[in-house]
Amino acid sequence: METREPCSNLEKICRSGAFVVTSELGPPKSAESAVIHKKASYLKSVSDAANLTDNQTAIVRMSSIAAAVLCLQDGFEPVIQVTCRDRNRIAIQSDLLGAWSLGVRNVLCLSGDHMRGGNHPQSKPVYDVDSMNLIAMVRGMDTGKFQNGEEIKPAPRFFVGAVENPFAPPYEFRPYRLRKKADAGAQFIQTQMIFNIPRFKEFMKQVVDLGLHERMYILAGVGPIKTAGAARYMRDQVAGMDVPDEIVKRMESAGKGIEDKRAKAEATREEGIKICVEIIQQMREIPGIAGVHIMSIEWEEAVPIIVQRAGLLPRPNPAEIKLPESQVAVAA
Amino acid sequence: MKWYEWGPVAWARNYLNTHPRVENFFQVTTFPLEAAAKKLIFGCQTCGQCLLHENGMTCPMRCPKTLRNGPCGGVRLNGHCEVYPERWCVWYKAYYRSQTLPLLPKTWREDMFRHHPPVDWRLIGTASLLNELTGRAHGIWPTPPEEKKKAAPQPAAKT
Repeated sequence: METREPCSNLEKICRSGAFVVTSELGPPKSAESAVIHKKASYLKSVSDAANLTDNQTAIVRMSSIAAAVLCLQDGFEPVIQVTCRDRNRIAIQSDLLGAWSLGVRNVLCLSGDHMRGGNHPQSKPVYDVDSMNLIAMVRGMDTGKFQNGEEIKPAPRFFVGAVENPFAPPYEFRPYRLRKKADAGAQFIQTQMIFNIPRFKEFMKQVVDLGLHERMYILAGVGPIKTAGAARYMRDQVAGMDVPDEIVKRMESAGKGIEDKRAKAEATREEGIKICVEIIQQMREIPGIAGVHIMSIEWEEAVPIIVQRAGLLPRPNPAEIKLPESQVAVAA
Repeated sequence: MKWYEWGPVAWARNYLNTHPRVENFFQVTTFPLEAAAKKLIFGCQTCGQCLLHENGMTCPMRCPKTLRNGPCGGVRLNGHCEVYPERWCVWYKAYYRSQTLPLLPKTWREDMFRHHPPVDWRLIGTASLLNELTGRAHGIWPTPPEEKKKAAPQPAAKT
């Protein structure tokens, strides 16, 4: 791992060795800032940072940098997502300079969902750089160089993250792709939502064999399912998700036999949270996992319940963390 | 010694880099032939910086996201594309082909695990064979003549 002054609170918590909890905050499909403040109020006390999605599933939403600034006003640590889908290398670098000047310190680099699945399928795909080169570009800015080699003064220094999906074929290649990301300079990894635990364990075994868990903080992605229909949809329709039949059956049987609609929905949601907590418990036992990333898609109210039941409270206060001298001695 | 350092090749590269009109002639004549042949066999997208051999003879520019460093996280469980469910994922094919196709040299197979730089969009629609020869496919661009003049130090006038 790196030995330099941590550039964000999230990096500080990662380095301290605590079990990290990050969450996801989806900006609204409108110009309403109150939505962000409301969602942040749920997540603030129970997670160390929140990802602000960059037009996820290619549906137009509030810009992730703008939403990050609203989060900062609430005193909540944001992680901005940067996708290659909508911007070329000029726009990405200029946005990152702006984000740094506004106080954002964490960046998550992704390729981004294709616009064909979004609400503007007729738009032009950019994909000027891919996620691997995006990571390299952000880390290059960190050392004071634009992608073309020109100097930046002062350089923005971000805590750079990346994502990995262990459930998409070719399975043999996935750990090596993660190694490519580590070589490009990724400092933390958030995985796709985990439901298929045997497959994930196998993946983590290969990752540990390659020694990647010592170079990056790997946060396991988890998430509660709200309804049985959502579980079926994720199993059958969503690309890159691996939901075993067993989970779908559990979700279906939770609400079985209950006449009252509201009580039925309540029972199903309860089961969704229960499954999520069980998965977090299992993640804590897997070697090489530094934390969890809770993706509650448009269901932020569930996160405090999950974190509390998983026994991850109270969250560490970054101001009180004192890192050993050896970890911060050398400046980058 | 690498192949491009070999005398005649180095001379040809140098000649093409210093004679843009000759290079243009070769671009105009080679490009249609190369593009037509590769389009027919590999579905070439004429990116001008060919990676076919490093990806098991599968063109990564056929990927809807034009990724150059491996598959995205949206590959379906059956190995199909996230964007076009009826198509195979380009990278799924590329990975298995690069590891199993016969007659490929070992270095080409290992290139699958190497970091590839982003696409140079100046080369779109040019002949990859020529770019390979002139070095542009690897990011080596000749310095424009004006800049060269500026950079070259003027001999000090004798007094």
